[in-house]
Amino acid sequence: MEELANLFHGFSVVLQPYNIMLMFIGIVLGVIVGVLPGLGGANGVAILLPLTFSMSPTSAIIMLSCIYWGALFGGAITSILFNIPGEPWSVATTFDGYPMAQQGRAGEALTAAFTSSFVGALFAVIMITLVAPLVANFALRFGPAEIFSVYFLAFCSFIGLSKEPPFKTLASMMIGFGLGAVGLDQVTGQLRLTFGFESLLSGFDFLIAVIGLFGIGEILLTMEEGLSFRGKAAKINLKIVFQTWKELPRYWMLSLRSCLIGCWMGISPAGATPASFMSYGIAKRISKRGKNFGKGEIEGVVAPETAAHAAGTAALLPMISLGVPGSPTAAVLLGGLLIWGLQPGPLLFTEQKDFVWGLIASMYMGNIVGLIVVLTCVPIFAAILRIPFSVIAPIILVLCAIGAYTVNNNAFDVVMMLVFGIAGYFMKKTNYPLAPMVLAIVLGDKAEESFRQSLLGSQGSLSAFWANGLVSTIMTLGLIALFWPILQGLWTRLRGAAGLRAAQ
Amino acid sequence: MSDALNESGGAGPSHRGVEIGVAVFMAALALIGVYGSLKVGIGWADEGPQAGFFPFYISLLVLISCAVNLVQTFTKSDDGALFASWAQLRKVMSVVVPTAIYVFVLTYIGIYLASALLIATFMRWLGRYRWSVAIGVAVLVPVLTFFMFEKWFLVPLPKGPIERYLGF
Amino acid sequence: MKTTIRNLSLGVACLGFALSSLPAQAWEPTHPIEIIVPAGTGGGADQMARTMQGIITKHSLSKQPVVVINKAGGAGGEGFLDVKNSKGNNHKLIITLSNLFTTPMATGIPFNWKDMTPVAMMALDEFVLWVNADSPYKTVKDYVDAIKSKPDNAFKMGGTGSKQEDQIITVALQKATGKKMIYIPQSGGGAVAVQLVGNHIDSSVNNPIEAVAHWRAGKLRPLCVFDAKKLDYKDKIAGDMSWNDIPTCKSAGLDVEYVMLRGFFMPPGVKPEEVAYYVDLFKKVRETPEWKKLMSDGAFNQSFMVGAEYAKWVADAEKLHEGLMKEAGFLAKSN
Repeated sequence: MEELANLFHGFSVVLQPYNIMLMFIGIVLGVIVGVLPGLGGANGVAILLPLTFSMSPTSAIIMLSCIYWGALFGGAITSILFNIPGEPWSVATTFDGYPMAQQGRAGEALTAAFTSSFVGALFAVIMITLVAPLVANFALRFGPAEIFSVYFLAFCSFIGLSKEPPFKTLASMMIGFGLGAVGLDQVTGQLRLTFGFESLLSGFDFLIAVIGLFGIGEILLTMEEGLSFRGKAAKINLKIVFQTWKELPRYWMLSLRSCLIGCWMGISPAGATPASFMSYGIAKRISKRGKNFGKGEIEGVVAPETAAHAAGTAALLPMISLGVPGSPTAAVLLGGLLIWGLQPGPLLFTEQKDFVWGLIASMYMGNIVGLIVVLTCVPIFAAILRIPFSVIAPIILVLCAIGAYTVNNNAFDVVMMLVFGIAGYFMKKTNYPLAPMVLAIVLGDKAEESFRQSLLGSQGSLSAFWANGLVSTIMTLGLIALFWPILQGLWTRLRGAAGLRAAQ
Repeated sequence: MSDALNESGGAGPSHRGVEIGVAVFMAALALIGVYGSLKVGIGWADEGPQAGFFPFYISLLVLISCAVNLVQTFTKSDDGALFASWAQLRKVMSVVVPTAIYVFVLTYIGIYLASALLIATFMRWLGRYRWSVAIGVAVLVPVLTFFMFEKWFLVPLPKGPIERYLGF
Repeated sequence: MKTTIRNLSLGVACLGFALSSLPAQAWEPTHPIEIIVPAGTGGGADQMARTMQGIITKHSLSKQPVVVINKAGGAGGEGFLDVKNSKGNNHKLIITLSNLFTTPMATGIPFNWKDMTPVAMMALDEFVLWVNADSPYKTVKDYVDAIKSKPDNAFKMGGTGSKQEDQIITVALQKATGKKMIYIPQSGGGAVAVQLVGNHIDSSVNNPIEAVAHWRAGKLRPLCVFDAKKLDYKDKIAGDMSWNDIPTCKSAGLDVEYVMLRGFFMPPGVKPEEVAYYVDLFKKVRETPEWKKLMSDGAFNQSFMVGAEYAKWVADAEKLHEGLMKEAGFLAKSN
């Protein structure tokens, strides 16, 4: 196994004390960056990129990729504690993570989130180690139509899950699509729905909506119910980590499925966000306790976190081997490669062995270091919930405002954040689900873009979505997912009928 | 949005009224969407849909759902449920109003001063903390964020006269 | 936007004034310098800005740190409007790409380069016509003949963004060949190159740095470069080909020329000595080995211009873009 020899060489590079120190620094910075809403992994890496200029490329990528891992871990923390997802792919984590925190199970939720992140990443790294070239070529088969079909599948596997009235779900999702459409239309280069307002040029960023709808909305709801955080009684000792670990192996099937979804989404350049939603949606359908999802079910934390982290890790593969970034953070790392004088592409694996295998080894090590760092901090994070609401609430408001501002460096976004917060309060109270709206804002624009790119290619013919085996398969899977409740009903009825007949 | 039709509870806007208000508000957004889409073209050109195609039909779907939701609200007999009591809404407003002032002034006086004021107000007014504690936290948090963002991460945030006076 | 001659003379006059009154006393920044990038993180302009940030930090070229801020909204319009509205702010710079011209023309967002103070041209980015290495087109002639022998819309061209530089070149190509092509906009240059490798499109006009890795790996083939002269870089890249061996499109019978500005502007109303400080800073940046490496990696055209010469170049480029955009029907309807 030449790969293994290379990998061990990589480990020898990574395990130098200097590099291990950089790894710790990177993880800690990454967690901070991930926790602060708005300042996500992409920003964090971009901001710190110039600092790595005087390091060797291998040390630099170790530090930057560790910031990336740290941010992936960190995104889950605010989602679980305050219902504020720091990154798009932690939105699905809030659905069950936040209710768990409210029930005083924050430590459990955090442990589950961190551990599943680690499992997802590890799975993806092993895949990269063993089958990198094969997988990279698979990514090449994704044209606009294939990419659209992936988004389609993500929507279909998530839609129809909410217990809210169907027309409220529809209204919520469509408003999300509408908000996502504001700004520049990528395909025609035209401005739309901006009505001449300069503040609307950049549209409604997903983060602004999420910080408002989830974060501010939650603070308003808490205010209405009186000044208390219900999660006060959170257990804060390290035992909780081991107790949760005992429970987790039970969900191995769920983890495996989420890993596979994550890897696939990461390689096809759809990324971690659809992966997390898709994995959550499928888990809810398949799980025996599916009905409890959204009320604090640990599986609802394991599924999206595993998939998101697997996707986030797998997204680095097309970046290294093809030079196409699978995520915004990967895009910045890609810029870094070029700045250090490395050309990402098919030849990087043969020409820059030290670098590539050093990076892969640092994926293993970085995630192990990351897991240790965040797990030891679980009691500290959980203890944050003990801070009285009247102290933590204004601080959350301030951090949300800073987060909203830093997304586009636009003060108008801070105003919009508050508007979304009030909207979130009213929608939640009148039973409109927020998740479909957020999903639509995140993916709607990209889905529309790839849809229209496909139609440009096929000259307006919808046959583009059934043109080859790959795209037809994904579209069919999507349709099955969409009509799953009906199919399931039919199936049980058929079985019931057959059973009756057999009995007669 | 908060019309107090309800007489049985007496102490707050009815759930039904708010429900109607939300649906009407969404419908209004949808109408803006329809108007904006018409301006950029909603047709299906040679190369596929035009820029306004999707927003137009999306807005129509919003309108339809709002109509259905409204009909459902009206056909259901009013159970007299409250949306929230006035006392509860007052509490909500005690967060919304300071935050609204905060987001509007932060471009003028700078985010750090505005944050300090917000935290101090909140802790003193809602948390009934002693002034010394409130001011302590209110100064500490913006100073920490200042060093983290401006110095460490080199992310400039909105600054006002004070920061300018100090030479930033 | 109509009276180009007036604009041109105005720009030249402004700059002439700016340079003639260079003061004796040197001005220096007193707090962090902001570089606005009117594009997303990870793109060509962003890379250049962040490389410069790194160079300035590493070599301590400035006493104050440099901060890079992305304002990509509205095809970069957001960033340009910010600079336009920061009159007299002498700590703010913006790095431009072709959207300096294309964004206001295509979207109607109200700004123009004359709303800002030109500082310096750092380089010109090149465009190369690429095809998949498995395709039968070995030369520009093969490619053009193939297009001409087929009906309209038989060829797919991929590019970055809509109504921007890549599509302008595509329209020019259509004019030269007399056949329409399908233009498929993507969100980034890297994605365009991969679409070409994956045979989802027939050709692209990627910048050298976006496609070079695939060229070296034998997946893509360059046909010609859209500049007036060949590229300067003679190091072997793929097999025995160097950048210098790629013919110009004009010499190969395809009369299309286009280069993209990578330059800096400042807000209006800044003083000449402040502009002079940044010009000096950029000159120092150009002397560093890291900058030279970036230039050769990306096969940039290393033209450097300041003052009146730069303003004239920008004015000419604006005129060129206006013609091209008008011809292509890309000008925004007045709204």
